[in-house]
Amino acid sequence: MSAAALYAWAGVALCTLGLFGFIVHRHLVRRLLAFNIMGSGCFLLLVGLAQDGRGIDPVPQALVLTGIVVAVASTALALVIFRRWFRVSGESVLPEDV
Amino acid sequence: MNPLPWLVALPLIGALLVFVLPVRWRAPGSLVLLVPVGIASIRTLAGVISQGVQSHVLGGWMAPLGIGLQADGFAAGMVVLTALIIIFCAIHAAGYLRGKPAEEGFWPLLWFMWAALNSIWLSADLFNLYVGIELLGLAAVGLVALAGNAQSLAAAMRYLLAALLGSLFYLLGVALIYAALGSLALADLAAHGPGQPTVLIAMALMTFGLLLKTALFPLHGWLPPAHGGALTPVSALLSALVIKASLFMLIRLWLNFGTGGMPAALALTLGLMGTGAVFWGGWMALRQTQLKHLVAYSTVAQIGSLFLFFPLVVGTPAAAAALAWDGTVLLLVSHALAKAAMFLAAGNLVFAIGSEQIADLNGVCRFRPLSLLSFGVAGVSLTGLPPSGGFTAKWLLMQSALASGQWLWLPVLLGGGLLSAAYVIKVLNNAMVEGPVRRDRFEAPSLPLELAALALGCVSLILGLAAHAPLAWLRVGGPFGGGG
Repeated sequence: MSAAALYAWAGVALCTLGLFGFIVHRHLVRRLLAFNIMGSGCFLLLVGLAQDGRGIDPVPQALVLTGIVVAVASTALALVIFRRWFRVSGESVLPEDV
Repeated sequence: MNPLPWLVALPLIGALLVFVLPVRWRAPGSLVLLVPVGIASIRTLAGVISQGVQSHVLGGWMAPLGIGLQADGFAAGMVVLTALIIIFCAIHAAGYLRGKPAEEGFWPLLWFMWAALNSIWLSADLFNLYVGIELLGLAAVGLVALAGNAQSLAAAMRYLLAALLGSLFYLLGVALIYAALGSLALADLAAHGPGQPTVLIAMALMTFGLLLKTALFPLHGWLPPAHGGALTPVSALLSALVIKASLFMLIRLWLNFGTGGMPAALALTLGLMGTGAVFWGGWMALRQTQLKHLVAYSTVAQIGSLFLFFPLVVGTPAAAAALAWDGTVLLLVSHALAKAAMFLAAGNLVFAIGSEQIADLNGVCRFRPLSLLSFGVAGVSLTGLPPSGGFTAKWLLMQSALASGQWLWLPVLLGGGLLSAAYVIKVLNNAMVEGPVRRDRFEAPSLPLELAALALGCVSLILGLAAHAPLAWLRVGGPFGGGG
């Protein structure tokens, strides 16, 4: 198995792990972490799969850079909303989730 | 000068410009900036009508590195619809938010939302669509959280989680398609066709992500609290435009392969999910005690009827598919206008009675007839009574169902209309009777607030009478002819 294919499979594994965590956990920070793991898996898959057997390809790398920026921005927004929610309600899970 | 890049650039410039203005100048500054973006939107549609499909390659960089923008009739129509709804919502918001703390964040986020919407309508490649839908999701979540109370923060959080999960699924699909084809341009995807298993799996992942963002039953759980709990102009924008963006992407992605690209089983599943949405959303709307939550559940139901598009188009005779296209596009446009009008009117009524409860509407018809009239006019179009846009749209969809022999969808369209009539009449009924205590004092929303709601409702109403020309424009360059 080539190195690129290994990255792609690792990406699939991370994605599955993240999705599992996202569904199972209720604590909002844990869900956010799970989302980030899933995102990293997605990026690995994007880069690894595209370069498997074709050599270096700059396009997926540029795409992943954009994706990372988006992921950082969404994580920051989620943390801000979580902090507000925690201050207002004292809860770390969403209401109907309990 | 080609107006396409300006449709994305101007709102982005607007967002940054408004951000540095002092808070009290943000509303007037935004209202002034509406003019050039509105002109660019109309010029785009005029260009598409007179010269066919317009396209622009940013900075002269060709695909796959460059970003291509393209406007066919559908895209240009959505651009103008967006401009129309945002202009009226902005007029409403300028009055509604004056002096409230939410005013500070609303205007920059509104402009970011507009930039995201326009880039989604005009994108010609998969990754650009991803960036657009992410930017749209972040702006929309920020707008929901603006209300600032515990309820809306929880709704924003739930919305954000659903949106993030949806866009990751979409991104997974993008990764697979790039690996399979080495290109992300929609045109390359169309040339390649949906045959390869990798492409089919990718399309399935993207479809799931977009369904989550469109809130199709049973994935709609996040929508009612987010749309019902947000500030009034925000609710109107979310229900009218934001959920349409992911639906637009779904239609664009699948019709990219022509009408036979989608597997028939998937089309049927989407139709059945839509049926579930029509009945569940309508029933839940009927059971709500809070006015804005009723309107939010009505959105869940109306999304369902838009999804009847897929079974009516996939694998049906060309005439039936063309009718379904016309009907769905008209339903999309008239629902956007009517739902924006209904949310603005509902917000005005809530302001007038000082309560969210439908039961407290008693007696309001004597004092705020204009707000109630706008609610009723919007209700006429949502229910699908003639001569509204909603009526013409549902008529076309029924014709299409008959032409392709799919009787199954007729009771869905009729039953959905009946349920909408029931919940609209529930509100009107409560507003027209007197309560146990005769109430003589109501707050008065200012005239621009009431007129914004009424104007949107009236446009949706007359759309049914004058649907012929807009439908011809929306067909330009699309899969159902009209030159290009």
